[in-house]
Amino acid sequence: MDFLRNYLDKIKPHFEAGGRFSMFQSLFEGIETFLFVPNKTAQSGVHIHKSIDSKWTMSIVLVALLPCLLFGMFNTGYQHYLSIQESPGFLMTFIYGFLAVLPIIVVSYVVGLGIELAVAQWKGHEIQEGFLVTGLLIPLIVPIDTPLWMIALATAFAVIFAKEVFGGTGYNIWNVALVTRAFLFFAYPSKMSGDHVFVRTEGIWGIGKGAVADAFSGATPLGQIGQASTSISITDTLGNPVNYWDLFWGFIPGSVGETSKFCILLGAILLLITGIANWRTILSVFAGGILTILLFNAIGSTPAMQINPLEQILLGGFAFGAVFMATDPVTSPRTQTGKYIFGGAVGVFAMMVRVLNPGYPEGMMLSILFMNSFTPLIDYYVVEAHIKRRQRRSKNILFSPVHSAFGSN
Amino acid sequence: MKDIKETFSSPINKNNPITVQMLGICSALAVTSKLEPSIVMGIALTAVVAFSNVILSLLRNTIPNRIRIIVQLVIVAALVTIVNEILKAYAYDVSKQLSVFVGLIITNCIVMGRLEAFALGNKPWPAFVDGVGNGLGYAIILVIVGFFRELLGSGSLFGFQIIPNKIYEWGYENNGLMILPPMAMIIIACIIWIQKSKQS
Repeated sequence: MDFLRNYLDKIKPHFEAGGRFSMFQSLFEGIETFLFVPNKTAQSGVHIHKSIDSKWTMSIVLVALLPCLLFGMFNTGYQHYLSIQESPGFLMTFIYGFLAVLPIIVVSYVVGLGIELAVAQWKGHEIQEGFLVTGLLIPLIVPIDTPLWMIALATAFAVIFAKEVFGGTGYNIWNVALVTRAFLFFAYPSKMSGDHVFVRTEGIWGIGKGAVADAFSGATPLGQIGQASTSISITDTLGNPVNYWDLFWGFIPGSVGETSKFCILLGAILLLITGIANWRTILSVFAGGILTILLFNAIGSTPAMQINPLEQILLGGFAFGAVFMATDPVTSPRTQTGKYIFGGAVGVFAMMVRVLNPGYPEGMMLSILFMNSFTPLIDYYVVEAHIKRRQRRSKNILFSPVHSAFGSN
Repeated sequence: MKDIKETFSSPINKNNPITVQMLGICSALAVTSKLEPSIVMGIALTAVVAFSNVILSLLRNTIPNRIRIIVQLVIVAALVTIVNEILKAYAYDVSKQLSVFVGLIITNCIVMGRLEAFALGNKPWPAFVDGVGNGLGYAIILVIVGFFRELLGSGSLFGFQIIPNKIYEWGYENNGLMILPPMAMIIIACIIWIQKSKQS
């Protein structure tokens, strides 16, 4: 690695103020600190150093997302070849999916990082690493057939209006990736839901050309539930029934990264072991969702109400949202009690939207964004309640209230 | 004379009722999904503010202070009713689109604000100029917002298609979010952003 260090040192002066490339200073700094641990230390005051900084946090989330991404690529190819009724082997299936998903990833990163760089340069601060995760989340939560210019536009909108205007990484109120999806969802509803967007049926650069089978229907399982009028039997795109294992492994149409619950589980384990995601949030999302579904099962007046809890949490983006979106440290509450409240409400609202509103087959996005808005409020009241409880306790043992509320007890 | 000019131009830019005083936001979000109703709404409000300013300014020395609000309301309500009837008679389609928001000019903060802040203490001519200035300041913002929302949300202006079919064939689609009020909020925010960064 010495030659890289030497090279960076050699070109560094060009990027500093007054140098030839000073307009790219933030880019250089971003790359340098990404490759090497910065050698700058704080000059004054007392600082606690933790080995895991935000670049490391982001990198671990990226690793946790990898299984979902890889399986998402494979599943894109799998669904495609299922629709044209060919089976070209594992490798070709994966290559097709890779070629389909890659442009979305490139567009999302180029647009998002471009805006981040421009803002960093304009404001004169370091490039913020927040987009590393967002840029990979965006391709995982959109349908595969979303046009690239829409993704570019939505990413730009989300980065500017959901993040930069609030002050950049760490200050946003809403999850940026979900704002991207929400923008797409409301601006271009025909490209974000329905039967024609979740499975790519055309070939890419001559790979995977073929006539689409007559029996093909691109409706996702949740879409089928939304449209069902009598009893529901969930089928794959060719009309064959699917079982729980198909849902668990993820061989169903859906947004790129959300289908495989197994890969989400792998990611969840990594995030929980490293302590980046909080188990309280994930647990309470599932608890809230399952309790709501049990309630709907007890009512059972529409077909959508009769789906059992296990099936509901295996469908759609519920698990993906619970593990990767609801646990976002910036937009979810900081207090432990707050995490339970937040997660529980996310689960409840997600299932309510899903079951009660046939216009929106999936409610996870809306419910997380909705609860994101309440995050500061939840935190505020949890802290207030805490202070009140301590004040009461201190009164009982006859200390002065002010002293012990902020004192050592 | 200079004062009159200032009275007229200040609310159009640096003291704009929408972008600086944050008044009348509600109707600015509600009626601007198309350009035509935005313009009509702007004219309607300009007329109401200007003439209610004049009438109140003429009456200003005869109104007891304690009942001035009710007098203002009567004046505004009379003018709004007249505007509403004129719209129904001569521009029925637009008045249908504007629906309740013409009637709600009564509650528009700009109208009451100008009456209280300006017309009660000034002569009729400056009051008229102030009313026209504030009305135009409101109308300009509505027209800008309406322009972008109709162009990007429906691909048309005044109901005529502007974006050629060729572009739709290439895969372009109208932005459905532009039709919804949240986007009007964001466009107004952008106007404020630009205005503030120009001023500072």
